[in-house]
Amino acid sequence: MSSATATAPKRMLARPMAETGWKSWLTTVDHKKIGIMYGALALFFFLVGGLEAVLVRLQLAQAESTLLSEEAYNQLFTMHGITMVFMVVMPMAAAFFNFFIPLQIGARDVAFPRLNAFSLWTFLFAGLFLYSSFFLGGAPNGGWFGYAPLSTAIPGNNMAFYAVGLQIAGLSSLVASVNFLTTIFNMRAPGMTMMRMPMFIWMAIVVQFLLLFSLPIIAVALFELTFDVNFSTNFFQTASGGDPVLWQHLFWLFGHPEVYILILPAMGIVSEVLPVFSRKPLFGYAAVAFAGAAIAFMGFGVWVHHMFAVGLSPVAESAFALSTMFIAVPTGIKIFNWIFTMWGGQLTFTAAMKFAIGFVAMFTIGGLSGVSHAVVPHNAQQTDTYYIVAHFHYVLFGGAMFGIVSGMYYWWPKMFGKMLSEKLGSWHFWTWFLGFNLAFAPMHLSGLLGQPRRTAVLPEELGPTVEMYNLISTVGALIIVVSTMIFLVNIFQSWRSDEKAPADPWDARTLEWLTTSPPKAHNFDVIPTVTARDEFWHRKYAETEAGAAVPIPAGASDDHDPDGDHGEHIHMPHPSYWPLFMTVAFPILGYSVIYRSLIGGVIGALWMLVGMFGWVIEPLAEGDDESAAAAAH
Amino acid sequence: MQVSETSMGVDNRKMAMWIFLGSEFLFFGAFISTYLLYFDRTNGGPGVEIFDIPFTSVSSFVLLMSSLTMVLAHHAHTQGDMRRMRMWTLATALQGMVFIGGQVYEFSKFNLEGLGLTTSPFSSSFFVLTGFHGAHVTIGILMLLALWWLSHTGKVREDQPLKTEIIGLYWHFVDIIWVIIFTVVYLIPAG
Amino acid sequence: MLGTIRERIRRRDRGTRLQSIALLAVMAMVLGACSNAPQSAMDPQGPYAQDPHDLIKVVFGLAAFIFVLVQGLIVYTVVKFRRKPEDDALPVQTHGNTKLEVFWTAVPALVLAVLAVPTVQMIFDLRAEPDSPDTMTVEVIGHRWWFEYRYPDLGIVTANELVIPVGRPVRLEMTSLEAGQASNAVIHSFWIPALAGKRDVVPGRINTLNLQADHAGRYLGQCAEFCGLSHANMRARAVALDPADWDLWVAGQQQPAATPAGGAEAAGAALFANTCVACHTIDGTNAAGIVGPDLTHLMSRREFAGAIFDLYLRDEAGNFTNQPNLALLADWVRCAPDLKAMRPTGENAVGMLCFEDVLSEADAANIAAYLATLR
Repeated sequence: MSSATATAPKRMLARPMAETGWKSWLTTVDHKKIGIMYGALALFFFLVGGLEAVLVRLQLAQAESTLLSEEAYNQLFTMHGITMVFMVVMPMAAAFFNFFIPLQIGARDVAFPRLNAFSLWTFLFAGLFLYSSFFLGGAPNGGWFGYAPLSTAIPGNNMAFYAVGLQIAGLSSLVASVNFLTTIFNMRAPGMTMMRMPMFIWMAIVVQFLLLFSLPIIAVALFELTFDVNFSTNFFQTASGGDPVLWQHLFWLFGHPEVYILILPAMGIVSEVLPVFSRKPLFGYAAVAFAGAAIAFMGFGVWVHHMFAVGLSPVAESAFALSTMFIAVPTGIKIFNWIFTMWGGQLTFTAAMKFAIGFVAMFTIGGLSGVSHAVVPHNAQQTDTYYIVAHFHYVLFGGAMFGIVSGMYYWWPKMFGKMLSEKLGSWHFWTWFLGFNLAFAPMHLSGLLGQPRRTAVLPEELGPTVEMYNLISTVGALIIVVSTMIFLVNIFQSWRSDEKAPADPWDARTLEWLTTSPPKAHNFDVIPTVTARDEFWHRKYAETEAGAAVPIPAGASDDHDPDGDHGEHIHMPHPSYWPLFMTVAFPILGYSVIYRSLIGGVIGALWMLVGMFGWVIEPLAEGDDESAAAAAH
Repeated sequence: MQVSETSMGVDNRKMAMWIFLGSEFLFFGAFISTYLLYFDRTNGGPGVEIFDIPFTSVSSFVLLMSSLTMVLAHHAHTQGDMRRMRMWTLATALQGMVFIGGQVYEFSKFNLEGLGLTTSPFSSSFFVLTGFHGAHVTIGILMLLALWWLSHTGKVREDQPLKTEIIGLYWHFVDIIWVIIFTVVYLIPAG
Repeated sequence: MLGTIRERIRRRDRGTRLQSIALLAVMAMVLGACSNAPQSAMDPQGPYAQDPHDLIKVVFGLAAFIFVLVQGLIVYTVVKFRRKPEDDALPVQTHGNTKLEVFWTAVPALVLAVLAVPTVQMIFDLRAEPDSPDTMTVEVIGHRWWFEYRYPDLGIVTANELVIPVGRPVRLEMTSLEAGQASNAVIHSFWIPALAGKRDVVPGRINTLNLQADHAGRYLGQCAEFCGLSHANMRARAVALDPADWDLWVAGQQQPAATPAGGAEAAGAALFANTCVACHTIDGTNAAGIVGPDLTHLMSRREFAGAIFDLYLRDEAGNFTNQPNLALLADWVRCAPDLKAMRPTGENAVGMLCFEDVLSEADAANIAAYLATLR
């Protein structure tokens, strides 16, 4: 229970103080609540993006189908990509980062709790703004990659929504990356050196750096696009000397690090899950951490591999062929370390573990097709075909989504104090595994047999084999739908269930399991002092010289409460209106840009300024002694 | 958060500003790259010969000097001399306003001479690059004025030099970016 | 014995094992010629497609090997180290093995380094100007949503079908235009898988692509860079002709169009001169529009409208007869946007207008009759 003894000074708008009730969710600055909201919204968008995918697959189930018009199809595949990347996988990762970074490093919250809420609401408004386009003339229809000059040549506001919507979404993640990096660098529990951090935290650091340095680049690209579309500038207009390939460079300078942003959180999750259910530590911790950092660093040096058909110089193509090939090395290191984590262990196949193992197996397939793309002469056959679609779905669905779902099953008890059903989880896994492979394995073949991407119609002339593969893919997609429903049923039954989850249902290794399930508002009664990697495990088991682990009979594996006041004295930040208030400025500004409203722009800018000012002068918690915790974001 | 409590011994807010400025380098880097690609694509309109180096040198000097006054403001704050802190903070903001005023004048003149936002890739990238820089300066000016005001009303106290320091970091960054822009856009082509 | 095997099969690994076998079998099939996939990228018909194909077969084999190795390792691990009821004590808490780390860092790096050499070599080789004196240059111009072909040395302009001589290297010079301008043009990609990999067709830029057909035939392809509304309806064709046929074709293409004597064809020609000349060219008439395809020898081709519709009717086996598809031609002429998604009016207009307010059905039929004379 946080201290709410001080009363708010008389102001126009009283400080919200409630910690319960639906309104408290709108003003919360608690990282756990924010994490749950991220997760819930991401799950919702997953269903929406999945529906878009199903419609695409229904159209392609038969050659020359007229189920969808070209325009409808182009909007659907564009929004499917945008939704899955920006509204599902990234926020899902954010959900886990939010909930578990403070818990895993032994902190009570993130460095800037209100800024954290700000990121959440910005994300929500970005999603709503993007989807409002369906009702305002049409959704983005130029592909998620929005290549110029097409994106400036499509009439209507579709691509303006794309440019502005993604800009808002990017801001959410950029701000969050500053928040998380400060948190991880500065708020670790005493004794938690970098090499004692959970691997999930290492991957979180790497992801935040990727976001920090890649988002500004796409921000620039999107500004340039917005200005070309709305203010007739000449960034990508060939007629006046603009270079459309500039867009591709800027986009992929962001876009490639982005794919590592998408996969590394799942890799972090899997690095947590596999050891727990193998009952031994992550194999090669330093190598895995280093490999993650290497992937991120090299990830900034491979972007041209998305542009091998553009007609760049052979020297450039060769350089990027090499860098692309070599980025497979750290990736392989991780795969082997995961396998050897399991080797010699005692494996229990909980749902979380199944999905984690599935991740390793499916990601390997995606990684292998990825390496084949680096063979530039053949890339010219592969690129823009379904072979590529197969590759990235194997790494993003078979990889990122499997990893994320593994995290959901693993961390569900901690987040909600309830268990997800293992039986339903098993059904979920097997149907998802089947549906996923049926949907995407044939795409390797249909791509190599000549089926290009992003085509609203499956041409009959591609032949019956290709048509058959497409039908199989559609069946697979429908199985995924069924599987997802099983998952939703599992979530629902967990919500209804009265069965309380214990603090440590899995006999896990890291600090979040020290807290109650769910954790108290202030996380830990006592900030733990860390003496080893896998600190929590070491409070339960001692390791002998030979590496054998022996349970400690009276281990300090509980979060003790020496003061006996259940953390009453702990001073947590109070809720605040300002983050939500301020983010309302973004759709105002966004619509002002699209509809070229100067007055709207002025209102939006003023709104932001008022919001910023009010935020800055509000103390983190009412009654704060200003010198202690004043005006922190 | 007390400095001694953070794992790396740096206040959270200061660390956050440093991290944020890291991303800002890439933001401006991408605009500068665009400019470098387009600096000679003038679409028949004016090119780099339109620049008035002496004029821009003067406004650049003003901006550079504002970094000095910013340092003085922070120093005064660390000494607890809030009166001087406010004076130097205001001086910094004023110099920033002079810089912006200079840009407004310069851009209006360019417009009259046939270089507008939509004239060419060169003009688009020039105006957007310098425009975003100007927007950053403007935000800095607003922060400085807010700092001045909050100090005036007692909300920013003499034992809180960190706030001035953090705004100072931002201001120096904006200055450094201008040094880069001035060199790359104005000086090098002229040389 | 069987019981144990059945037990093992029941593990999660069953899916993976069966899948790996199936995948290998299918890939083996695919790597061979697939005649019921006419746009296959795995059935090279010329050197510029053959070389990458040979290289990738090695890579696919390598990938298959690694796949079996890794998945096998996973399967084995998952089976062998399953927690058994008698497992009470925790397993040995191995933290890592430096030798293994070095091994699985160095070996993949080495393998990739070896792979890099032929890769880089081939990047340069495929790009190089062909050194044969027989090399022919053709300009490819991407439009929304059709490909135009110009033979500058021969004075020929066609659309939809890239006709080339067998056995001679062809160097394509490609750019994207709309009505002769780069403004309002977008990026396309020219791809005939049997003959070469794809290369983007970019406004404001000239990209080159080498290809060569070793056998006579009709090769299918498509635009392979999303170019908007009718991207899916922008097909490409390459027709390779033996030397004698090639000479005949060239000679025919270099003739202006014949003027029809009378009847429906002449009526159609008159209508054409009123309605269609703003966008189309017919050599020998006053039609010199450059928005749409050159129609001088329309009927020397087999498909139109971005190669999605047949110019000639087909027989039961799917082969072209020499009966012009007059009904479809008339429908197209009368209102093309009804047949192919286009946006011929409004902001950034692109595509063919609908003429149903200007042309009656009879008018359209006459124009179709005239077009049918343009062989």
